[in-house]
Amino acid sequence: MAFFSLKSDRFLQAQNLSLVLQQVMVVGVLAIGQTLIILTAGIDLSVGTVMALGQIIMAKLAVASGVPPLQAMALGILTCVGFGVLTGVLVTRVRLPPFIVTLGTLNIAFALTHIVSNDLTFSPLPSEELFFGKTFSFAGADVTYGVVLMFVLYAVAWYGLTQTAWGRHVYAVGDNREAARLTGINTDRVLFGVYTIAGLTYGIAAMLLLARTELGDPNAGQTTENLDSITAVVLGGTSLFGGRGTVIGTLIGAVIVGVFRNGLTLIGVEVIYQYLVTGILVILAVAVDQLAHRRRA
Amino acid sequence: MSETRPILEARGLVKRYGQVVALDGADFELYPEEILAIIGDNGAGKSTLIKALSGALQPDDGEIRLDGEPVHFRSPRDARRAGIETVYQDLAVAPALDIAANIFLGRERRRRGPLGLVLRLLDKRAMRREAARHFDELKIGVQSMTQPVEDLSGGQRQGVAVARAAKWAERLAIMDEPTAALGVKETRQVLDLIGRVRERGLPVILISHDMPHVFELADRIQIMRLGKRVAVVTPQTHTMPEAVAIMTGATRGELEQVLHKAEPEATE
Repeated sequence: MAFFSLKSDRFLQAQNLSLVLQQVMVVGVLAIGQTLIILTAGIDLSVGTVMALGQIIMAKLAVASGVPPLQAMALGILTCVGFGVLTGVLVTRVRLPPFIVTLGTLNIAFALTHIVSNDLTFSPLPSEELFFGKTFSFAGADVTYGVVLMFVLYAVAWYGLTQTAWGRHVYAVGDNREAARLTGINTDRVLFGVYTIAGLTYGIAAMLLLARTELGDPNAGQTTENLDSITAVVLGGTSLFGGRGTVIGTLIGAVIVGVFRNGLTLIGVEVIYQYLVTGILVILAVAVDQLAHRRRA
Repeated sequence: MSETRPILEARGLVKRYGQVVALDGADFELYPEEILAIIGDNGAGKSTLIKALSGALQPDDGEIRLDGEPVHFRSPRDARRAGIETVYQDLAVAPALDIAANIFLGRERRRRGPLGLVLRLLDKRAMRREAARHFDELKIGVQSMTQPVEDLSGGQRQGVAVARAAKWAERLAIMDEPTAALGVKETRQVLDLIGRVRERGLPVILISHDMPHVFELADRIQIMRLGKRVAVVTPQTHTMPEAVAIMTGATRGELEQVLHKAEPEATE
């Protein structure tokens, strides 16, 4: 941060920070679902394309098909939840590894996005779909309702993970699945719930993405979001081996990723080099996790 | 041998895997307030018997009675609901969770009132307090209930698993090779702990390969061979070599030789 504030005097201004938060909110909400899944020692590679599908459904239905905006949004969210349910069933009933399942759903959602949209973009969006992009003034900066929603979701996720039995079961399933099962926890139900809730967070992220870009775009969400959500979780201290980590860490991780991208843009680093740097960043973070894991074992 | 009714008993248990007969009409009784050890060579049927008693598998034939009532466990969950807890050799704990969380895993307490009912808020303080009291009673020394289990030694970790079983077992606890993964000193801690669990009145079934431990701890020893119970002995009536001879199926002549040699010591 210090580095970026030296390099660009715009960086530390409240307005730019609130801009960072607006850029963070989509990845931030995706990363909640990703955190839940990684805590159970799984991974979701399909977050970006599932969100993109949800977003294009919301936009197309409202703009081109005359569906009332709120219903269009609900259907978009339901689609994402449906993907969560599908992944949950395949992981728990068919016992497929999440890595492969979500590699498959990544491609399915990608294809469906382009089929549904016919590669068209959709605008202007109805005002309901833009609500979370609207701003109010707070401490001299413009804050969007979407950013507020993100913080609320983080609070809910924190509560669920740290203050309820369900949260403990999520950790236990990722920590030692067999031990969790032997104590009487229905591990399949916990896993199914985690994938379903993750799908819901992707649906909400789709809603926020739409409100920020003000456009239903079939090419949205298909490049940086997957890696950024995983980077946020791992930078936030959650172990890819499962059972360890916090959702607050993920929020900090998401902000770091956002600051990083924003800062790189402000000092004029080309987008393609941002990929390069983020790729290195995530490998470093995973390497640190691996070393810590080996030390524990 | 005893007037008291067994807590848990089995008659004529049979379990086949294709051509292999793992249990061939095995019998079993566990009486109140005792440690019953089950010994036998590999393939003698002791782990199949234990799995049948803990609900991990269903026997093809035979009957299991709990407090005199016939029971049919279709899963370990059924057995657990009936008051039977099992400790496994491979440290079945969640290492990243703390001690109190492990003790209450799957049986968490919630706050009273709407906080617990609606918001499902955990009562962490009550769980910590109760876990600490339980550890005091069992004389397990740990610094704090909020220590992650992974920070404990192997013996303490298995202590957590035994303490959890002792806390929730209403009828009996099954300890399946509880010290197999532990060092000498840690094994000692866990054996002492199992002894204290019995002193509190909980009957224990102990499966172990370690004869000295079995003879030190057990009140009675059930010897399995080829899927059957071949004998029930006690540390007072039989020596270790005799038990091993029965276990390995020594011939009658060989057995009498062992018995004969052992006699002078046994009569003293």
